[in-house]
This record gives sequence, structure tokens and C-alpha cells, in this order.
Amino acid sequence: MAVAAIPTPIVRRTLRMTLASVFGPLGQVFLFVVGSAVVLSVVTVLIAVLLRGTRTDVDLVQATLVILPQVLIDGLVRGFLFATIALGYTMVYGVLEFINFAHGEIFMVGAFAGAAFGSVLASSGVLSALPVPLYVVVAVLVGMAVSGLLAVSIERVAYRPLRGAPRLVPLISAIGVSLLLQDAVRLIANLSGLGFNARFQTPNFGPPIRLAEIPVSPDRAIPLILDVRALTFIIAAILMLIGLNYLVNATKLGTAIRAVAQDRPTASLMGINVNQIIALTFLIGGALGGAAGVLFGIRVGTVNPYVGFLPGLKAFTAAVLGGIGNIPGAMVGGIVLGFLEAFVASYLSLMTAGAFSGASYADIVAFGILILILIFKPSGLLGEAVSQKV
Amino acid sequence: MKKQQLAFHIALGATLAALLAACAQPTPAPQQPEPTQPPAAEPTQPPAAEPTQPPAAEPTQPPAAGKGKIKIATQSPLSGGQAALGVGIRNGAELGLADMGKMLTDLGFEVELAPFDDQAKPEVGAANAKNIASDPDILCVVGHLNSGVALASLPTYRDVSLAMVSPANTNPKITESGYPNAFRVVGRDDVQGAVGEEFARTEMGVKSVYIIHDKTDYGQGVAEFFRQQAEKNGLQVLGFEGTEEKSNFESILTPILAANPDLIYFGGIYDQAAPLFRQARDRGITAKFLGPDGLDSPELLKLAGDAVKGMYYTSVAAPVSQFPDAAKFAEDYKAKYNEDAPPFSAQAYDAMGICIRAIKDAAEKNGGNKPTREQVLQAIREGGEYKGITGTYKFNAKGDPEKAVYFVLQVSEEDGDPAVVWNKNAVVKKLEIPAP
Amino acid sequence: MSKSATLPQAIATQFNRGPLAYAALTLYVLVTSALLLANTRTSLLTDIIFVLFLFGLLLIYRARVVGGYKLALAAALLLGVLPYFGTQNAFYVELAIQAAIFVTLALGLNVVVGFAGLLDLGYVAFFAVGAYLWGVLSTPQIAQIAPGASPVSPSMFYLFLAVGLLVGTIFGILLGFPVLRLRGDYLAIVTLGLGEVIRVLAVNLDRPVNITNGSQGIKDIARPPLPEVLRAILPGLGDAQIYQIFIYLMALLVLGVTVLVVYRLKNSRIGRAWEAIREDDVAAVAMGIPIVRMKLLAFAVGASFAGAMGVLFAAKQQFINPPTFDLLRSIGILAMVILGGMGSIPGAMLGGALVTLLDLQLLPRIAMELSALKRQGIGIPDWFDPAQYQRALFGLLLILMMIFRPAGVLPDERRREELREGEAETSAEVEPAAQSRAASTS
Repeated sequence: MAVAAIPTPIVRRTLRMTLASVFGPLGQVFLFVVGSAVVLSVVTVLIAVLLRGTRTDVDLVQATLVILPQVLIDGLVRGFLFATIALGYTMVYGVLEFINFAHGEIFMVGAFAGAAFGSVLASSGVLSALPVPLYVVVAVLVGMAVSGLLAVSIERVAYRPLRGAPRLVPLISAIGVSLLLQDAVRLIANLSGLGFNARFQTPNFGPPIRLAEIPVSPDRAIPLILDVRALTFIIAAILMLIGLNYLVNATKLGTAIRAVAQDRPTASLMGINVNQIIALTFLIGGALGGAAGVLFGIRVGTVNPYVGFLPGLKAFTAAVLGGIGNIPGAMVGGIVLGFLEAFVASYLSLMTAGAFSGASYADIVAFGILILILIFKPSGLLGEAVSQKV
Repeated sequence: MKKQQLAFHIALGATLAALLAACAQPTPAPQQPEPTQPPAAEPTQPPAAEPTQPPAAEPTQPPAAGKGKIKIATQSPLSGGQAALGVGIRNGAELGLADMGKMLTDLGFEVELAPFDDQAKPEVGAANAKNIASDPDILCVVGHLNSGVALASLPTYRDVSLAMVSPANTNPKITESGYPNAFRVVGRDDVQGAVGEEFARTEMGVKSVYIIHDKTDYGQGVAEFFRQQAEKNGLQVLGFEGTEEKSNFESILTPILAANPDLIYFGGIYDQAAPLFRQARDRGITAKFLGPDGLDSPELLKLAGDAVKGMYYTSVAAPVSQFPDAAKFAEDYKAKYNEDAPPFSAQAYDAMGICIRAIKDAAEKNGGNKPTREQVLQAIREGGEYKGITGTYKFNAKGDPEKAVYFVLQVSEEDGDPAVVWNKNAVVKKLEIPAP
Repeated sequence: MSKSATLPQAIATQFNRGPLAYAALTLYVLVTSALLLANTRTSLLTDIIFVLFLFGLLLIYRARVVGGYKLALAAALLLGVLPYFGTQNAFYVELAIQAAIFVTLALGLNVVVGFAGLLDLGYVAFFAVGAYLWGVLSTPQIAQIAPGASPVSPSMFYLFLAVGLLVGTIFGILLGFPVLRLRGDYLAIVTLGLGEVIRVLAVNLDRPVNITNGSQGIKDIARPPLPEVLRAILPGLGDAQIYQIFIYLMALLVLGVTVLVVYRLKNSRIGRAWEAIREDDVAAVAMGIPIVRMKLLAFAVGASFAGAMGVLFAAKQQFINPPTFDLLRSIGILAMVILGGMGSIPGAMLGGALVTLLDLQLLPRIAMELSALKRQGIGIPDWFDPAQYQRALFGLLLILMMIFRPAGVLPDERRREELREGEAETSAEVEPAAQSRAASTS
């Protein structure tokens, strides 16, 4: 009797632990989302109040407040984009201590896979008849499969032979992969008729959701809208993050990944097939990148072979910002960076009366943050204070 | 390790073999008798003996091959982010040579296209220009896409009196810098910006505009001119922003949503304009759109769909309805290169046509012999009207088309294949403006 | 794996040593020079001869002959044959100028990447700083920044070469100081970001104060006044041609100084300190090497050459705009260093020359020959155009070099040892040194 009763509490505890380990990090992410949104909003409004006197043509405070909700939504979407890409960097880094420079291109390949999928559907005439959720799920799966497999094969061909070489060697190889992929996709896109600038065809997502109307004058109100595509992006990204957290924190496979990340030789002594786990890490990271690519494509509507480079770089920044090698850190870093960029891009021009173009200086801000973080808190926002191997 | 060494050597060997194979290919025809002193060559050497023969009798007899080879070079970015347009220029010129090269082969010349990749970089263009200058067979250049690259290459062309006919450089500096050898078959940013502004103010009836550009010399240039005119004429400019972003415009669109302009003017190329316009409509921005000839491509419609239907754009290239030959060009292009003709490719076709006609004129003047570069340059300058597929061109002293025709066009509202629908774009306004 | 030489090796050894070496080398140089001067037209044949001609320089370097003779031969080629050829065909001198410029940049980057082991992906930023320095100050652009200021006199160019050196150094220190505490791969990404920041600034600093003239670029940049000596030596040539020779000589001069400085540095205490840092920085610190200062010095030295070359580049080009200074350019320079061999001075020079020729001469030529074949009806698909896939080629080059020959074509001795150590840890096979040395000469 007593013996039979034992398993039950264990199962119950494991379930609770599972939930905790999956949603615990997400709570942390949520905290950072709200926190950074509030802090940035307050800072921006304060600046607007301070600069109020400098502009006579517009009421700076009103102009700031009016677009604030929209900027927050933009920042959130952008943040989730960076977060999903950053996960790929951070997972590979966690396991191999290696910056997979080509990850931005894996993201781009995912986007192209989605575009190709959409164009095949469109030419066979079923695209417009497809229900949106089904389309999104299938397209994302296609992107995940293509990018994941690509990432694994790149690891096999270009990185694995270099394991054990000095650090710079695989990094340079990764830069090579990145350049090669850009042109390879360009060639394939041109040959397949998709074109250098490929249209990302989707079923009709319908009109944007009007959340509210913000009155600015008696006769005019600015709509606060949420694009269905943006909503799709956010929901899909959250689902993926939950899935990843479950995989890494609550499964045997995840334990193996974490073991390899912590100590490769010991993990291999414990009977873990290190090569397999590393390949798996690339598969997961690549698949996440591919999914992000498809969702990005759905949202922006056009993809080209160079579309992955800058988001890749920014996502790396996000990974470092959150603490590289740390999965919730990548999410937090991505979202904080997304907010920051959205605020700079939308407000800089307004605050400086057009002297500085916000959209251009957003990049500079991103890299500036990267440098500052690396100097003052190299372990990132969430990273543990691991002693650096200099 | 041994295996890796072996593989390396095999790779090395293969490369060498490929190079050797390339060497084994027929090397250029026997040396031309004329000595090559490209720069500062004497303007006209007295042609020996031949001119006494009556050249009029020549055309009847079958073309005697072996009068020499004539090459026409193109320079445009064939790699990198602007390759789509650059390849279009090369392809357009190639089609032009295929269609019109007969004029020269009939005279007994061998004709050849010499395409160069300037990588959209001034220093590469300059090096290519030296390469072009040192090949005496090259008598004319079709290029460039980027005015920065053209400005870096023009001094070299000038030093050897080589004519450059540009199919895409709308920057005023190209012809305003005093190069006697610079021509273009496109309009100028300053005029086009002004045309756009005037149309927006008077005919579209807009009161405010938000200007976006792509931070290139072309896009920013035309946008600046639009802004200058707008500020002068009292059209309210609510914003002036540049971005190198190609696909994700959310952060640019949010301030626009708040500014609520009547019009968004985009100075740039269709590949950036399409997602911008689409995302603007997706977010419920109802402003009208306007842009310069960089938008003149069916790709805009393909990429942006409904968002651009009914929008206006200015162009210096006549639409198909005015010049039916352009329709044939578009078809030929699609058939040969399996993509829609990008902007400036039809102009490249015309630039090639101008080169070919000038070489032919110069050759005829030269007694049917291969003309010098000076003679070709002269022939372009004095060539009179050239009726091409995008318009009729005659150059003024600066090298601008005298009285360029500027069009305001409206994208057709019809559904269907973008390549077909694009040809139905209506001419809303046609302006003949002499070059400033 | 035996040490017995194979037949080609035996032959190579014979020609590499003794009187035969003198004869063979002289013959080779004479033949290629004669061929070059006999073929002044730009053509495939001339391209090949030109490459063989430049290959002569490598042979001169590798041959076992007296140093003075080497120097004399190289000087005859670079200061005699090549400039004279340049008066006949401007293109190949342009190639030589650009090769000299990029070889200098490769040498500079080699100090950072090769000597000190710091991967810098934003190296072109320093080049841009030098170019914009002369571009802004020597043109009316200066009046946009300081109203009323007039451009500096073109004869100040020589001074500005030194100023460019200095400004490059300062920028190297400014950018290097915050980032040099970072680990190698972090440093790579940060420098990449900084390189992009400089380019973005060049594009955007036309407002609020017009410093760089943004995307429109700066044109009509001043060239130094032509020395009368050159006019006297080269009578009957147009100014444009003499200028080209002049710029060529200037580029050669800067390159020569760079080679000298880099060579001296490498074999100095500083050079050894860099190598110690590269190979094991913990041990280096333990040996009392001031690691941050040494890293900073490497960064500054590398940057200074780029700054000076930037000034010359602007004067040569007379027009600069931001696209020249993009990331691909930085990666191109990195590819030069890696191809030649990280840490190896002749390697960086070979890599720089090879990649520049590939970029400007060989790939376009192959593309042109292919299109000629296509016209003759030989079935080459339309999409196949190597000139369009330069990125892919660079990428492939980087990957293959890393996998098969990480030490480069002309490897540095110590660097190769280091790489072999790494390999020895993973694989049991260690091959004799003679094997790979022979491979590098083949």
C-alpha cells in the first residue's frame, strides 16, 4: 500500500515543477516587458516635457503621448522578433561558446522558404481559400524545417571540422557561411522565379483591429491599431518561447543540452552523445530562426537575400544584452532592445525637430548599447556572474 | 590531415585547370594595326589612302568581316544589394545590342558587349573605367546606376574622350560638372522633384506632405528637391526622414500616423517603396502616395499589391501607350531573362541605341572604317534626335536631353498579372521641360 | 609521410638555390617583363602576363639569392617596368595602385588580427576616417562646418598623410579602449558594429551640420600638386597619366614604409609580446606583459596605416561616398589577411594583391570570357556569372581556408605551430613540418 502510494506525490511534484520551470522564466520576461515599457515611456514623456519650449509648431507632449501606445506595440513586435532570433545565438553559444555568425542568414532562409511556400500555394490557387491560422501554422512549420535542417548541415560541414581550433577559426568560417548563403539564396531565388525581392504571399489577414481612437483635436482622432499580423507574430512567438522553455527545462533532452553546455567532457562521460546534442541545439536554434523568418515575412510582405543580416546582428546584441547563453536572457534582451529601438526610431526625429533622423540612428543606439553592456555588465541583464575565460 | 591536404590540392588544381582552360580559349583577335595610345591621343589621324574610294558603293556588297571589333561597355552593379537594377541595365543594353547591333555588323564590324560590375562602389567603378579606357575597342559606355560611381569614373572617360550615356543617373551633378562626355537619357532629380511637387500641390490638392527617402544619392537627391520646392510653394512638410531599412518600416510609419499628412512622398526605388506603402495601408494610413521614376516597375505592383493601385508617380520614361516599342521590349526582356524588366533597363536599351547610332554615323563619316572615340563622342553630340523606346532624345551642350518629357502616371486599378497591368498605367500629365 | 622529396619538390629545390636560382629568376623576370611590354592592350593574354609578372615578385621573395639582388630586381620591376608599362596602359597601373592600397590595409589589419589575435571586423572605419579627413578639409565642404573657412592647400597633402596617420591612431585608441577588454569573439561583433556606426554616421552627418555631405559624397577632392621632377622625367605625357604614375609612386612609398614598420615591429619586443598575447594571454600577463596596453597598441598601429592610406585614397579617387566603406570591404580585407596567412607579412601582401586582382581584374575577365563563349553558342546558363557572386566566392574562400589551411597560403612560422598544437589536441596525426612547407611553395 505504502509502496504504491509513493509515485503519486512524485508525479504531482514533477508536474508543478514542470509548470514552474516553464512559466517561471516567462514571468521574468513579462516583468521585464512591463518594466522597460514603463521606464521608457516615463523617460520619453519627461524629455518631451523638458523640450516643450523648443518647438512652437507642435505640442511636443501631446505628439508624444498620442503615438505612445502605438510605439509600445511596435516595440513589442520588434522585441519578439529579436528575441526569437536571439534564442538561436544564445543556445549555440551556451553549448559551444561560439557565435554562429550565419544565424541571421538562417533566419533569412526561413523567410524565403515561407515565401516559396506562399508562392506555390498561390500558383495552385489554394492560398486565398486557406484559413489564416492553418496557413500560419503550416508556413511556420515549413520555415522551421528548412532552417533547422540547414543549420544542422552547416554545423556538420563548416563548424564541426573546426571544433578544437582556436576561437577565431570557426568564427571566420561562420562569416564565410553567412556570405555564401546570401548569394546562394540570391541565385536560387532568381532561378526559381521568386525574384531577388520576393513577395511574401499570404491569405488575407483582414483589416487591422482598431483598439481605440485617440482624439487629438475636435475633428481628428488617431486610431490605435493592432495589425493582425503583428498579433500573430506576438502569439506565435510566445507559444514558441513556452515550447522552448518546456523542452530545455522539463525534458530529458533539455537536461542533456544543459549538461553539454555546462561541461562537455563530463557530459560525454555520462553517456550523452555530445555531437548529437550539439546538432540538436543547432536544429532547435535554426528552427526558431526559421519560424521567426516566416513570421517576419508574413508581417512585412517582402523578403530579399540580405534581409537577415541586420536583424541577426541586432539579435546578437539582444542575446548579449540579456546575458549570452541564458535562454530567458535572450528573450528579455530582445524585448528591451526592441522597445529601445522603437522609441528612438519614433521619437528622435520629433524631439530634435528633424535634425536627427530617428530611423537611421536607431542602429547606432543598438550598437552603442551593445558596447556599453559589454563594458559595464558583460554578463548581461540576467546572466550569472560567470568568470570569463579571458 | 593528409586527406585535407589532398583535398586542398585538388581544389587548387581544379582552380588552376579552370584558369588554364580560360587561357586556352581563343584569345583576342590579332593585334589591331593601330597603335594604342589611349589617353591624349591626337584627335584625328589622317586616314591613309582609303578615303579616296567611294564609300557609297560599299553597302550593296555583303559585309566584309574583319574590319575589326567594336565593343560597347556597360557599367552597373551586378552584385550586392542593387544588383537587381544593375543587372537590368546590363540586360537592357544586351537586348539593345542584339536588336540594333546589325547596324554595325552590316558595316563589317564585329560587335560585342563588355559588361562590368561596378559593385555600386566608386573605387571599383574607377578601376573599371581605367580598364575600359585601356581597351581601344570600347567606343562607348552605357552606365552607371549610382551617380557616385559615375562621378568617380567620368574623369577617366573624359581623359580618353570616351562617351558615357547614362540610363539611370538623374543626379544634376552628372551633367553640371562640366564633363563634355557625359550624356543621359533620363531626366534630372531637380526637375523631377519639382514636377512631382507641382503635381501634388495643384492637381492632387494636398496640403501637407511627409517625405521619406532611401539615403542614397538618388533617392535623397530627388526628395531634397521635392522638399525645397514644397517649402518654397507653401506645401507643408511634416517630416523628412531617410532610412536604409528595406523591409520593416513600422517605426517610420508610427510618426506618420500621428502627423496625418495628405501625401507621402517616397524618394527611392520600388523594392523599398513596396513594403513601405503596403505596411502604411496595413496600419490604416490613408495618405496618398507619390514617388519618382525609381518606382516605375511592375515589381512595385507585384510586391505592394492593392496598396499602390491608383497611386501616382513621376517618370521620364514614356509609358507603353505612348511608345508601343516599349511593350515589345518588356516582352522580349521577360522572355529572355525570365523576370520583368526593372526600372532603367529600357533606358539602357535606348542608351545602347544612341551609342550604336553614333558609332555607325562616325564610322560612315570615317569612310566605313572603325571610328575613334573622339569621332563617336562628336557623333553623339551632333546626332540630332534619337527616337528610342522610352522617348525622343536630343542632347544639349551639357549632355542633358533637350526638352525632356516628364510624365505623371497613375497605376492602373485593374487586377491581373502585374507585368501586364503595369502597361495600362495611365498618363495623367505630360510636361515638356527644357533642361535647366 | 616519409621525408624523401617527391620529384616536383626536388626540382623546386634545385631552382631555389645556387647559381641556377639566379639564372632562373632573372630569366623569369626578363621574360615576363618583355612579354608585358610587348602586350600593352587590355586583353586576357595581358591579364595573364600581368599576373605572372606580379608572381615574379613572389618568386623573388622566395628564391634563395642574395638580399641585395632581390631588392634590385624588385625595384626594377616596381619602379621601372611597371610605371613604364603604365604609360602605355593605364588600367594595370590603376590595378597596381589599388593593390598597393589594399595591401597596406591588409598589413595594418594583419597587425591587429594576425599579430595580436584580435578579430577586427570594422577595420574599414579607420580607412574611412582618413579618407573623410582629407575629403572634407581639402574641398569647399569645410565651409559647411566652419563658415568662412577655406580648404587647405593641396600641397598640404604630405603633411596630411602624417595627420591621417595620427587621426587613425587616435580613432584606434578611442574605439579600442572600451572594447579591448572583451574576449575575442565579442570583440569581433563589437568592432563590426562600430564599423557600421562609422558608415551610418558618414551617411547621416549631413544634418544638422553638413559634415560629410551624406550619401551625395564629396567630390573634387584635391590632389597634391604634381612634382616638376616627374614632368621632367616623363616628357610628352598628359597630366592625367603623370598623375597616375605619381599616385602609384606615393602608394608604393606608403606601402614601403608600412612594410618596414610592420616588419620591425614584428621582430621587436612589442611583436613578441603580441604573439604571446595571441597564443596565451593568461601566460602573457603572468610574464609581465601589459596586456591592455599592448592590445591597444596593436589596434592603434593597425588603425594608423589605414588612416594614412585613407588620405591617399581620397586624393587618388577625388570622390568619396559612404558605400566604399561598408562591411563587405572590411570582410574583404580580412579575407586578404586570412588567405595570405594570419600573422605573416608576405602572406598579407600576397593576399591583398591576390584578392584585389581577383576583384578588379580576374573575375570580370572570367565573366567577360564566359559571355563571349555564350555568344558563340556554348551552353553556359545565363545565371552563371562569377562576377555576380563575389560574396559567395569570399565566403567559400573563408570557409575552405579555415577547414583546409587555416594558416594561409604563406603561413607565419609561429602561427602555424600554434594551429598545429590545437590540431594535435584533437587529432593524433601530426605531420612533419617539411610536408606543409613544401606544400606552401608549390
